[in-house]
Amino acid sequence: MTERLATGAPTAWGSDAMQNRIRRRYRQERLFRGLGIAALALAGGFLLFLLTTIVASGWNSFRATEVQMAVTFDPARLGVDAAAAKADPNLLAKANFQGIMGDASDAQFGRGVRIVSDGAWLTLRDMAQADPSILGTTQTVWLLTTSNIDQLAKGAFDLTIDAADLPVTATEIALWKRLNSEGKLRTGLNALFLTGADSVDPELAGIWGALKGSFLMLIITLVISFPLGVLSAIYLEEFAAKNRWTDIIEVSINNLAAVPSIIFGLLGLAVFLNTLNMPRSAPIVGGLTLALMTFPVIVIASRAAIKAVPPSIRDAALGIGASPVQVVFHHVIPLALPGMLTGTILGMARALGETAPLLMIGMRAFLTSVPQGFTQPATALPVQIFIWSDNVSRGFVEKTSGAIIVLLLFLLLINGLAIYLRNKFEVRW
Amino acid sequence: MNQMSMDVGTALGSSEAVADAAPKMTARNVAVSYGATQALRGVSIDVSTENVTAFIGPSGCGKSTFLRCLNRMNDTVASARVTGEIQLDGKDIYAPDMDVVQLRARVGMVFQKPNPFPKSIYENVAYGPRIHGLARSKADLDGVVEQSLRRAGLWDEVKDRLADSGTALSGGQQQRLCIARAIAVNPEVILMDEPASALDPIATAKIEELIDELRGKYAIVIVTHNMQQAARVSQKTAFFHLGSLVEYGDTREIFTNPREPRTKDYITGRYG
Ligand SMILES: Nc1ncnc2c1ncn2[C@@H]1O[C@H](COP(=O)(O)OP(=O)(O)OP(=O)(O)O)[C@@H](O)[C@H]1O
Ligand SMILES: [Mg+2]
Repeated sequence: MTERLATGAPTAWGSDAMQNRIRRRYRQERLFRGLGIAALALAGGFLLFLLTTIVASGWNSFRATEVQMAVTFDPARLGVDAAAAKADPNLLAKANFQGIMGDASDAQFGRGVRIVSDGAWLTLRDMAQADPSILGTTQTVWLLTTSNIDQLAKGAFDLTIDAADLPVTATEIALWKRLNSEGKLRTGLNALFLTGADSVDPELAGIWGALKGSFLMLIITLVISFPLGVLSAIYLEEFAAKNRWTDIIEVSINNLAAVPSIIFGLLGLAVFLNTLNMPRSAPIVGGLTLALMTFPVIVIASRAAIKAVPPSIRDAALGIGASPVQVVFHHVIPLALPGMLTGTILGMARALGETAPLLMIGMRAFLTSVPQGFTQPATALPVQIFIWSDNVSRGFVEKTSGAIIVLLLFLLLINGLAIYLRNKFEVRW
Repeated sequence: MNQMSMDVGTALGSSEAVADAAPKMTARNVAVSYGATQALRGVSIDVSTENVTAFIGPSGCGKSTFLRCLNRMNDTVASARVTGEIQLDGKDIYAPDMDVVQLRARVGMVFQKPNPFPKSIYENVAYGPRIHGLARSKADLDGVVEQSLRRAGLWDEVKDRLADSGTALSGGQQQRLCIARAIAVNPEVILMDEPASALDPIATAKIEELIDELRGKYAIVIVTHNMQQAARVSQKTAFFHLGSLVEYGDTREIFTNPREPRTKDYITGRYG
C-alpha cells in the first residue's frame, strides 16, 4: 500500500476486486437498514398491541349504566320531619335513603333482586338536599346499577353459554332484557370513576383517591429530590476536589441508581416508619421513599448535563473575572438546565409508576376516602392498579385497565412536558 | 533566507522600544508541568505598559501555557502545577491572599479559540461590566458595549443585530467579539492568544491599530504565529522553544540581529 502510494499509481476503481468490494458494501448497508426497520416495526407492533388491548378492555370503565325508577320520598320512611327538613336540608344528611331506595327496588324489580347499586342512595340524598320540596312526592330518577347489570349492559358476558357458568343470575339477565326493551337503562359518563376512591363494589370504585395520593407523593418527591440532586451535582462537578473521596461518592451514587426499588421500600420502612415513627400509609412517607430513589437519578442526569457544558465557556467567564459561583449560575446552569429538567422529569415519571417500595411502607391499604393531606392514609395509582388486578370480578377487571389508561396518560403528559421544557430552554449554538 | 529576513525587517513597526518605567508584571523562573510532563521551565520576563510584548515560537512550545500563568487560568487545569514567581505591580499573584477573581478582572484574556457565550452579542460584551458594576446606567452600559465593539472593529458589522447570538457569528467575528468582551472590563493587562488567527487583513489591521492605541495605557501581551505581525505591533519579543524562553529582547533586535541561532532559524522560516 505504502509502495503504491509512493509510486503514485492511480487507484484501479474499475477492477473486479474493487467492484466486488463496492457491491458488498452496498449489500451490508441494505441489510443493516432492513434490520433496523424490522426492529422498529416489531417494537411498534408490540406497543400497538399493548395499547389496543388496554384501551379495548379499559375504556368501558369511563362509562356507567343507570336504571330509571320511581322513588317515593316518604318522610316517615326517611325518618325526618318534612317541615323541619325543608327549613334545614342538613337534617337530611342522616335520613334513611337506603330505606326508600330499597322499597322502590323491591316494588319494581322484585324482593331481594339487586339491580341498583348499594351506593346509589347518595344520589337520592343529594337530590333531596338540593330541593327539599320533593319530600312527600314520587320522583322518576336515574340510579347507578350494580356492576352485574352494568356489565350486562356493556355486553361483557357471552349470553350464548349456560347461565350457570356466568357470574350473573338468570333473574338478572331476564330483568336486564326487560329493562332494556322498556328503555329504562342508559349508559353515560362514569363521573364516580374519576372522582371517587376505592370501594368494595366495582361500580362505586374510583381512581381519584389513588391519583391524589400519587400527586401528594410526587410533590414531596420533587421538593426533596430536585434541589438536593441538582445541588449535589453542581457541587460534585464544579466545586469538589477530584480525589478518592469524590470518586467513592460518585461510585456510590451510580450504584444507588441501580438498586432495586423494593430495597428503597425496606429502607423507608426501617427509617421513616420504624425509627422516625412517621404515619403509616401516608404520602409523606411514600414521597420521601421515592425521593431516595429519584435523587441518584437526578444527580446522574444533572452531572451529565453539567459535564456537557464546554469548558471554554467557563474559561471565558473566569477570564473576565467572574467568580466560580457566578460562572455556575450565569453560564453553567442555564446551559445544563434542559438536561437537568429532563432527567428530573423522567425520574418523576419513574416514581409515578413505582409500586414495590410503596407496598413495603403500607400504602396498599383499602381506603374508601380521598386523602386530604400529606399525613393521611393514602394509596397510589400503580398500587391501586395492583390491588384491583387481584380482584377477579368482571367490574374490577375493567377498572384495572381504566386505571392503567389514566396512569399511561399521565406518564405521556409528563414525558411531553419533559420534551417541551427541553426545547424551551435549549440554547442554540 | 536573507530575503525573508528583509521582509520581516521592513514590517518592523515605527515605534521603538522605550525604557520601561516599572514593569507591570514580572515573571521569575516560572515552570509549569501538566502531571508528569514539563511544559515550561525557567521563564523570566517583564511585561510593561510602555511596550507591547509578543510571544513567538513553534506550536506546542508553551506560549499559551505561560500566558495562562499570568492570570492564573492554569488554576482550572487540575493537573497543572506552576512554580516560580509572578508579580503584578510588585505583588505576588500566587500569594495566598491574592483575590484570583479580581486578578482576572485586572488581567484580561482573549483565548486562542474564540469562546463567545451562547448569549446575545450585547450580553457577551455587557457581561463583564455588569458583574463588576462598571456601568452606572443602561445608557452607560450601552456606551461601553458600543465603544468596546468599535475598538475591536466589529461595531459596523453587528450594530443592527446586537440581540443575535454571539455564537452565530463567523469565526473571525467571534474572535473580535471576544476581544471586545475582554476590553469592556477595562483591564490593566491584556493577554491575547493569537487574536488575529482567523482574521482577514483588514480586520487584522483593525486589531493591530487597537493594540497600538491601547499601548501606553494597558500592558499588552500578544501570542502570534505571524512574524510580520509580531514585528509590526510589538516592541518586545520573546521567542519560546520546547518549553524554554530562548531569547527575549527588543523586537528590532530579535528580528534584525538575533543572538541565538534557533531564533534566527525560526524567524527566517528555516525552522522545521
Ligand atoms: N491542559 C493540558 N493538559 C496537558 N498538557 C497540556 C495542556 N495544555 C497544554 N499542554 C501541553 O503543554 C505544551 C505547551 O502547550 P501550549 O498550549 O502552551 O502550546 P502553544 O505554544 O500555545 O502552542 P500553539 O502555538 O499550538 O498554540 C504542549 O506540549 C501541550 O501538549
Ligand atoms: Mg497556544
